[in-house]
Amino acid sequence: MKQLLVLSGKGGTGKTTIVASFIHLLKAKAFADCDVDAPNLHLVTSMKSIPRKTDYYGLDKAIIDEAICIGCGKCMANCRFNAISELNGTYTVNPYSCEGCSVCEVICPVGAIEMNQDIAGELNLYKDQAVFSTATLKMGSGTSGKLVTEVKTALTTGIKTNIENGIFDKVDVAVIDGSPGIGCPVIASISGVDLILVVTEPTVSGLSDMKRVIEIANFFKIQVAICTNKFDVNLDKTESIKEYAKENNLSYVGVIPYDPQVAIAINKGINVMEDSSQAAKYIQDVFNNTMELIN
Amino acid sequence: MKIAVLSGKGGTGKTFVSVNLAEVQGHGTYVDCDVEEPNGHLFFQPVWLETDYISRKLPVIDADKCNGCRICTDFCKFNALAYIANQVLVFEEVCHSCGGCFLFCPQGAISEKDKEVGKVQYGKSLTTTVYTGTMLTKEISGIAVIDALLSKIKDIENVVIDCPPGSACSVMESIKDAHYCVLVAEPTIFGSHNLAMVHELVELYKKPYGVVLNKCIDGENPSKAYCIENGIPVLMEIPYDEKLGRYQSEGRIPAREDEEFRDMFIKLQGIIDQEVDYETAISTKW
Amino acid sequence: MKLLIPANEENIEAGICVSFGRAPYFLIWDTEKGNARFIENSGASSSGGAGIKVAQDVVDQKVDVLIVPRIGKNASDVIDASNIAIFKSINENVMETIQSMLDGKLEVLTDIHPGFHNHGDK
Repeated sequence: MKQLLVLSGKGGTGKTTIVASFIHLLKAKAFADCDVDAPNLHLVTSMKSIPRKTDYYGLDKAIIDEAICIGCGKCMANCRFNAISELNGTYTVNPYSCEGCSVCEVICPVGAIEMNQDIAGELNLYKDQAVFSTATLKMGSGTSGKLVTEVKTALTTGIKTNIENGIFDKVDVAVIDGSPGIGCPVIASISGVDLILVVTEPTVSGLSDMKRVIEIANFFKIQVAICTNKFDVNLDKTESIKEYAKENNLSYVGVIPYDPQVAIAINKGINVMEDSSQAAKYIQDVFNNTMELIN
Repeated sequence: MKIAVLSGKGGTGKTFVSVNLAEVQGHGTYVDCDVEEPNGHLFFQPVWLETDYISRKLPVIDADKCNGCRICTDFCKFNALAYIANQVLVFEEVCHSCGGCFLFCPQGAISEKDKEVGKVQYGKSLTTTVYTGTMLTKEISGIAVIDALLSKIKDIENVVIDCPPGSACSVMESIKDAHYCVLVAEPTIFGSHNLAMVHELVELYKKPYGVVLNKCIDGENPSKAYCIENGIPVLMEIPYDEKLGRYQSEGRIPAREDEEFRDMFIKLQGIIDQEVDYETAISTKW
Repeated sequence: MKLLIPANEENIEAGICVSFGRAPYFLIWDTEKGNARFIENSGASSSGGAGIKVAQDVVDQKVDVLIVPRIGKNASDVIDASNIAIFKSINENVMETIQSMLDGKLEVLTDIHPGFHNHGDK
């Protein structure tokens, strides 16, 4: 099974829209949404089954028992994350800042602090004729990298189950919708991937962010392909992206024009490839070129 | 007043709104807290005046003092330490710099060294002051850089904060000192879905907020519908405009070059001022 | 000589687990005594640095050889420091892997991947 990951660096370049199109064109049997901070893929994939929901545990969080606390302030003084504050003699831990290091638990002279398991999100695994793995991180959480890994693990497990139950023989290509940025969720989504398709836009921000995400991809030595979405917004910048790809020996798989019809189709719940938008023809080309690379 | 500009979804126009809002304030300050992918400086092209390097602490083991008690490796919640072949190995990338091993080593065998995680730059672009935070790639958290940025602007009055996308902890950190939050949303179901997430965030932090609907096109606007359903004030509806698209793509500031857009953002600032006055009149939030 | 192999299940016919850090079990095979013992991988549920924790646990088991399909950099750094040899597996299941090792068919693992970096953090 080959894994295709779609990244962008900059947000809003069209990853999810392109992933949805690819899923349609591939009649994909397996796909995942690794943008756990702001998952969107489920809005454009019509899964019929009820997903299996699993709690996701992030880092433990410290909690101070007021009854035992003697107000010495050692916990606050030693918390490197400024997660402990004091008001009128009461010490409390801000769960959004707490990183679960447990220094406070150990340093407390009276054992007033405990580390508690914290449900930081939820995983959803759909198993229809296709397997779809997604998750949502609770607002304000960290540990998104670990959740992304669990999304991918769930996808693999789901695929195995479907094969065992005879739903399908195998999966040729699994498509993964990545997240913007270059942080942990991106890094965690990269493992085990065969090709990264970077979807960029012809803007200064798009180019700048694209370069940073390619730096990460190169560090992991994974093949990168680039496509430019909304290319007609700025033809000069589009040309710069093409040149950048050439100079850096990266595959350039095509361009897609800005098309307001795309947003309208998505809002109506129609797959872009089923709608006769201008963009659809271009997406088909990008798809063909990408598939050639991955196989 | 400190205004934070955020959006659940990336690419809706946070930087567009924050850059132009800061520009029309006259002698305003723009702060880029999207330290993973900072973009504002590409538009302002500031003359940089100062750079501060931000670092975190990493443990350093003195092998001579270490007696192999393994208290440090057992304590570390992030598995950043391993005891192999009679020595403690440190795995820097997974270390969270909590300082626990340093604090708890009974032999005093652990000291700390600095590791750079990013930088904070300060500069000027015409009359606007620009602060940008940049996290080093391959670092795991930008929080330290965001904190450094926010302490730099603590005493500055008129600030526009460009936040990271999403609603994770980096966003929470970025809005903690804001007096007012502008949520930027695009007219797609993706936009409205992510708007809901960031709406929850500003509600949790009890920040007064309003929405700017950006890149509006004909037809239904799910984000507008969300605002109406939830009684969220819509500050402005900015239509999708090829001219604006061009300005953005070239890294130019519409409010600086074009009367039409300068007026638009002055109007937006005026609406925000009104909203803020209204909020102070009816609540004791600040 | 003691071999350690990551396993998907707690039996000798189990498949070899593709991930070292997140394997549910490890099989320890003693070539002299010809017996098998399974241990649970307690490091698998770590939020981050799983490879390191697991490698530490493996080193503490005092095995001589590790046989895996792949291993990440952090884990391999730990294992290398301890002088445990790492071999690359070529079979799908644990039983066949042991046989291949005993038949001298396996080669030292040289291709280390940079790791999953799925650590708990912000």
